[in-house]
Amino acid sequence: MQHGKYRFIVGFLVVPLALYALFVLWPFVQAIFYSFTNWSGLSPDFQMIGFDNYTRMFEDEIFWKALRHSLIFAVVLPLLTIGLALFFAFMLNVGGRARKGAAVTGVRGSGFYKIVYFFPQVLSIAIVALLFKFAYNPTDGVLNSLLRAIGLDSVQPDWLGDPDLALICVMVVLVWSTVGFFVVLFSAGMASIPKDFYEAALLDGANRFTTFFRITLPLLWDTVQSGWIYMGILALGAESFAVVHIMTVGPRGGGPDFSTIVLPLYVYQNAFGPGQAAYATTIGVALLIVTLLFATVVMRLGRRERLEY
Amino acid sequence: MKTTDTISEGVAGDGPEPVPAPIAPERTGPGSRTAPGKKGEGQVLNVFSHGMLVIWAIMVVVPLLWAVMSSFKTDKTIFTEPWSLPDKLHFENWSRAWTEAHMSDYFLNTVLVVGGSLVGTLLLGSMAAYVLARFEFPGNRFIYFLFIGGMSFPVILALVPLFYVLQNMTLLNTLHGLILVYIAYSLPFTVFFLTAFFRTLPTSVAEAAFVDGASHTRTFFQVMLPMAKPGLISVGIFNFLGQWNQYLLPTVLNTDPEKKVLSQGLVQLAVSQGYKGDYSGLMAGLVMAMLPVLAAYIIFQRQVVAGLTAGAVK
Repeated sequence: MQHGKYRFIVGFLVVPLALYALFVLWPFVQAIFYSFTNWSGLSPDFQMIGFDNYTRMFEDEIFWKALRHSLIFAVVLPLLTIGLALFFAFMLNVGGRARKGAAVTGVRGSGFYKIVYFFPQVLSIAIVALLFKFAYNPTDGVLNSLLRAIGLDSVQPDWLGDPDLALICVMVVLVWSTVGFFVVLFSAGMASIPKDFYEAALLDGANRFTTFFRITLPLLWDTVQSGWIYMGILALGAESFAVVHIMTVGPRGGGPDFSTIVLPLYVYQNAFGPGQAAYATTIGVALLIVTLLFATVVMRLGRRERLEY
Repeated sequence: MKTTDTISEGVAGDGPEPVPAPIAPERTGPGSRTAPGKKGEGQVLNVFSHGMLVIWAIMVVVPLLWAVMSSFKTDKTIFTEPWSLPDKLHFENWSRAWTEAHMSDYFLNTVLVVGGSLVGTLLLGSMAAYVLARFEFPGNRFIYFLFIGGMSFPVILALVPLFYVLQNMTLLNTLHGLILVYIAYSLPFTVFFLTAFFRTLPTSVAEAAFVDGASHTRTFFQVMLPMAKPGLISVGIFNFLGQWNQYLLPTVLNTDPEKKVLSQGLVQLAVSQGYKGDYSGLMAGLVMAMLPVLAAYIIFQRQVVAGLTAGAVK
């Protein structure tokens, strides 16, 4: 096996590694470097200015708004999405009971539900955002016309135009599009829990709440935790950018009075706005730090004894 | 809820220890005593939870059905009677979107970009993963973690420098530039997934081929790659969906109107249609962009789910 081994290894690794280094690693290293310069992005000249960009960021009101919204996304979205998904997955896999033969089954038609729930996951986030943008339109969107149809002519919210509602409207869209993924993910996890655990609990007369909190959730904990991190990264990253960028308007995008601005969008606005390239990468570094912190905190909080079965 | 407290004592307190068999008969007593109450609770719960399931299914399906319905209606009826069925199927919306709104161009661009980058991702990803999974050499672990680390980087941070990297290489606003970037950003997950997959394949077949005089390269392409087909399909579908739906990278790196891909073309259309008001055409465009992925999902349902959940389930 030794003959020509190293030539083969190098030959197979060089192209993928070169592409990855050039388009992924190198830009990341550069970004962190640029955050210490006053580079405008327009001309090749720049000076090192130390932490000036960072001081500026801490005094930037819009940065704090974006940070606050991103943190809300990272806490509320996983909570809502994973909570809903756990409930649905439990109903679909364990919820149906007292049918002949098996001790635990899903409710009737669970296969159908799983297929339908997963639909939004395969759609482009751009398409989803556009669809909901129409639905939210205050004058001729479906939501308000539905409210009118049931006689609520007085309740006609501005939805995305209302600074108090816009952020919630955007979050609903992200929940809508991701719940199905987690339902399927948790279903796969629940399917691998041995049936005797449920049978034993049933013999003891445990009800659904007990079964869920004492058996299903502890045994599913690892999957829930990695799902939590996945959802948080998604809520801090590209998906939230696309939704906010497409759905909300404003002076430069980001909703009325920056009410929906999130960190990735603020990076984008600065990066391709007038001469703020270095400052944009500074906010990008802040986003990277928030993302890594989030993942660390979730892993620490979620650490518990590993259950083997 | 009161019954919960009394009964829960019966469940092993700290975890799913299987209850020893002899205890079970003793417990039937209290169990049957609470049976009527439990049944009532169960029914209320059933109605509630079934209701939630149905409501969510409706919430998922209605927006999609509404888009399909609207694509066959006239602009006027979309707004005046949003919930009515179309009076007749206005196929002219579809042909208008396909030709005048350049959906055909966006479609073609997307097919070219996704086709090219999918082949590239699978080829380069499986080459790197094979070497990392099957060969011992100095730096193996380091390169592996270098690839895996890419999964946790926020793409948006790299965008500004990436823009200038592409500009310097005159790859900005070209389809092949976009293909290369898609491949690079798909590599972390692909390498992660396929490395694990190659480790599970038996070594004996590859060794036999090598003893018979096949080179490493030949062994890889003629023996290992065909054996890895299930893994390639899963990760291929994952990448197909991700690359077909990509929005951020083309928005920044591909601003030439002629080269737009579907997702950015649609958003562009929505912004400009706001003035012209061709909503039915836009809806037709939206549905056109949805159809290929929905079709792929329905046909490959099992593999899609396996591919998408493979990374997160242990």
